[in-house]
Amino acid sequence: MPKKDRMSGNEAVAYAIKQVNPDVMPAFPITPSTEIPQLVSTYIANGQMDTEFIPVESEHSSMSATIGAEAAGARSLTATSSCGLALMWEELLLAASNRMPCVLALVNRTLSGPININCDHSDSMGARDTGWIQIYAEDNQEAYDNFIQAYPIAEDKNVHLPVMICQDGFITSHAVQNIELLDDDTVKDFVGTYEPEEFLLNPGKPVAVGPYSVSNYAMEAKKNQELAMENSKEVILRVAGEFERVSGRSYGFFEEYRTGDADYIMLIMGSAAGTAKQACDDLRDKGMKVGVLKLRVFRPFPAKEIAKALSGCKCVAIMDRCECYNGNGGPLSMEVCAALFKYNAGIKAVSYMYGLAGRDFTVEHVYDIFDEIDAAIKNGKEIEQYQYIGLRK
Amino acid sequence: MRTDVNRINESTPHQELTEGLMMFAGGTSKEFKTGEWRTSTPVFIKEKCKQCLLCAPVCPDGSIPVKDSKRDDFDYDHCKGCGICEKACPFGAIEMREGLS
Repeated sequence: MPKKDRMSGNEAVAYAIKQVNPDVMPAFPITPSTEIPQLVSTYIANGQMDTEFIPVESEHSSMSATIGAEAAGARSLTATSSCGLALMWEELLLAASNRMPCVLALVNRTLSGPININCDHSDSMGARDTGWIQIYAEDNQEAYDNFIQAYPIAEDKNVHLPVMICQDGFITSHAVQNIELLDDDTVKDFVGTYEPEEFLLNPGKPVAVGPYSVSNYAMEAKKNQELAMENSKEVILRVAGEFERVSGRSYGFFEEYRTGDADYIMLIMGSAAGTAKQACDDLRDKGMKVGVLKLRVFRPFPAKEIAKALSGCKCVAIMDRCECYNGNGGPLSMEVCAALFKYNAGIKAVSYMYGLAGRDFTVEHVYDIFDEIDAAIKNGKEIEQYQYIGLRK
Repeated sequence: MRTDVNRINESTPHQELTEGLMMFAGGTSKEFKTGEWRTSTPVFIKEKCKQCLLCAPVCPDGSIPVKDSKRDDFDYDHCKGCGICEKACPFGAIEMREGLS
């Protein structure tokens, strides 16, 4: 029987880790993800799980040890935030290219500088091209549900890629909300036993992981890795379907909230989607036809599916919580605009920057954005692209 | 997934390569002839050699074969010509010469 409880996002993910009971967890603390390894090591100390916890000296080491343990044949994971993820940089790419199905519980926090501990997506967005699958959560429930789905996706034989489960720092990680937890046996059955086909600690069957590759092989290896990322789309949807059968909660690449007949859609990721939905309800009450597309899976990027989902509206507001200093908008905006063009969606798109370094994003901001778009579409006025929401001028 | 890596070569299509280029065999570095990287070459002067064996353990590439407590001539398939052995030899039994051979 599912159990109702109240938990923070960090507690929810730590609880999911306890239920999955992976083999090895090397971790180094960093705000706001510190509670995850802290709670896991408490569960271990209390005898509630038997994961091998390795307190390492840095995030460079935690990711290295995660890869090493995974290559050895152990189901492995780590957790981090912000600069911790940045310090893992080199290893993130190796985890993916060596096709290690490990998991990273990421609590999104701004990358320095200016140094800041609050939420934006600059850490995971910076790692967007490292070959990891990235799944984002709106709240604690989704962070918990996404974590439980992570290993079945990563370990699928057509995928074998690492998975990053992202939740918003403090907003999700520290705020306590209601949650529905699956029982231990359901989670155990859902995730299953890890039975790798090839691994280092396999007597009589030698294997070398991550060998040097000359040009005549490297390009083919990259193509195979790219194909695995493409394959993961089908697997993510299949695992979501199986998860719905055990939990009753439905997931896809994205959630379409009141978009069916919407003139204007806000495309957003993470906790701010809740704010956008509330504003959407308020505006609907006033007769404005607006909707929200909450992106859950950023890698693989569901370009075609997004273009199709948006093609019925007149204009989309693309909300980036990460500056990438290209002078042309955030990463989400770039990829969504490319998708709209490539698949001939034929709609207008406006990119906005919000919530950097934990800046508040409120329903009033959402009203203003939809009002601005409405005025522009009706009067044919050009909207200023790439605006900072809530910036003091 | 385990395949015979000896059948993989530089014209193998991507679908037939191993996942993450994993190698399902040990000791394969023997097949990689690094000797051609050499720009200077150690020459073994047998008459001067006292078989003290100071040279063999300092070779980074294991290119000084030792059998029955005696060193033999260099393994030029793998020697990269670094010259460490020349510095280690107290008897002038190793001389570095310009070029690949």
